[in-house]
Amino acid sequence: MPPIETFYEVMRKQGITRRSFMKYCSLTASALGLGPSFVPQIAHAMETKPRTPVVWVSGLECTCCSESFIRGAHPLAKDVVLSMISLDYNHTLMAAAGHHAEAALEETLEKYKGNYILAVEGNPPLNEDGMFCIIGGRPFLDQLKRAAEGAKAVIAWGACASYGCVQAAKPNPTRATPIHEVITDKPIIRVPGCPPIAEVMTGVITYMLTFDRLPELDRQGRPAMFYGQRIHDKCYRRAHFDAGQFVESWDDENARKGYCLYKMGCKGPTTYNACSTIGWNDGTSFPIQSGHGCIGCSEDGFWDQGSFYNRVTDLTQFGVEANADQIGLAATGVVGAGVAIHAAISALKAAQNRAALREEA
Amino acid sequence: MSIPQPGPFQPAPSRKATVTDLPLGGARGARRLTAVYVYEVPVRLWHWINAFAIVVLCITGYLIASPLPTMQIGEAAHQFVMGYVRFTHFAAAMILIVGFAARAYWALVGNHHARQIFTLPLFNFQWWKEVWHEIRWYAFLERQPRKYAGHNPLAQLAMFTFITLGVLFMIVTGLALYGEGEGALSWIGRGFGWVIPLAGGSQMVHSLHHLGMWSIVIFTLVHIYVAVREDIMSRQSIISTMISGQRTFKDDRPD
Repeated sequence: MPPIETFYEVMRKQGITRRSFMKYCSLTASALGLGPSFVPQIAHAMETKPRTPVVWVSGLECTCCSESFIRGAHPLAKDVVLSMISLDYNHTLMAAAGHHAEAALEETLEKYKGNYILAVEGNPPLNEDGMFCIIGGRPFLDQLKRAAEGAKAVIAWGACASYGCVQAAKPNPTRATPIHEVITDKPIIRVPGCPPIAEVMTGVITYMLTFDRLPELDRQGRPAMFYGQRIHDKCYRRAHFDAGQFVESWDDENARKGYCLYKMGCKGPTTYNACSTIGWNDGTSFPIQSGHGCIGCSEDGFWDQGSFYNRVTDLTQFGVEANADQIGLAATGVVGAGVAIHAAISALKAAQNRAALREEA
Repeated sequence: MSIPQPGPFQPAPSRKATVTDLPLGGARGARRLTAVYVYEVPVRLWHWINAFAIVVLCITGYLIASPLPTMQIGEAAHQFVMGYVRFTHFAAAMILIVGFAARAYWALVGNHHARQIFTLPLFNFQWWKEVWHEIRWYAFLERQPRKYAGHNPLAQLAMFTFITLGVLFMIVTGLALYGEGEGALSWIGRGFGWVIPLAGGSQMVHSLHHLGMWSIVIFTLVHIYVAVREDIMSRQSIISTMISGQRTFKDDRPD
């Protein structure tokens, strides 16, 4: 077996110049929030380390993660990262098909055993022995477990792999299950979003390939550098929120002025993601900038968290469509009426007792 | 026999103020047990500060979730309506938290009445019987309630549930939400951020924080009603006790 190529060799083969390579290194350093002193370190690592292949498998999903990924805003970073990934196996991008593709996957898993990173898009359904998602004639569940066996680390792409997303929304007939419940013996890094931002995806992969370790993760296993703050914390409309200037209805004057979308149910205050700093499509825009509130797509179970258009959302746990304020107000009303009736009976009873006492006397 | 006189330098007397075992010596008028000092200054101070903070927190909290209509006072940079509402909420919350901590401390060092809303004698059959008696009194099935120097058992149960546990729940969920703005690396974020994934996301913590508010609103409604009702219909003082600290009794009959 020939020695595994370094990242630098792979890049040069792809026709990337030395100059472009150094640009990529400095871009990566700044994207990861590292100082200029890290640029030579990154370059050195890329020149000397054998490349780490990435195997990309897909379960129940819509391919929006792949679509986002290949639209990385910095084409260089994207090309480099794509050339790093073993394209032997990726449903959307691979050249091979059928048995050849499955054989190629098996070869990669064997060749790089214990060294590759497994990137999972989508999730496995567990009901009916996983028959709701068949890859190459076998349940995706089997493929996922097989691919995870020799993986160094696992990336959970998107809301599907991280939390379950729409196919796991109630009542979840296929029992679609986030991957951390299936893969329990490997470190899993969650990159939620529907889809995640392209630069976040390339940034996470680059970090792991360059430094050979997981980036700093938060409590929920998300990379803290991209999911450390809420959309709301860095929203450019935040000043209107603090001022109490809100869009009151769609297409009103306030909407045209670009006021805060809080009253239209924007989930920015409860959503951790980097949309308001990195933006989408080469930093062109993000949902709030285009006039629609955030729907919280990178949050756990965002399909089951009530309406996208209310701040105080329905609690389906109560079996009725009602939010906390409606439930609270109704309960207060019932108790208030009870108090009034109780007070009236108390007064009558007291009068009765006084009358009885007078009769006794 | 001695008069059960609650006080910091006396051994803890029985829970109920009994008039049966009063000394018979002295003038006839001196038989009356007129007043028992129940609520010490820190307890009374906390009660009213806490009540004030809760009122402010309920109003501002509601306005955070359902903000006031948009106002045009000036440019966004010169206007801070939502900011003031949130500031008031957070300031009142900090007062409530410090008050709660001080009150918990006083439960340790104050008289035994100060401990009452922090502990429940769950394995005391007699106590449960008296809870039942109190429920029967409210259901108009008893002619008269019993006399208590401190809280009656039903009140103790309600205050433990809605105030001690309820306020603690609001403090924990509230600090978790406040920690989101402060950042995951702040001490509040580090200390209380675990609540958010536990509850199933920030939006769910918001909803639970709302339900907590409504439970305290309902408690307040009932609390004020029964305080007024008991002040009129029971055999002891209620409202003035939380002002002067003295519990007075209206009759000399036992229990």
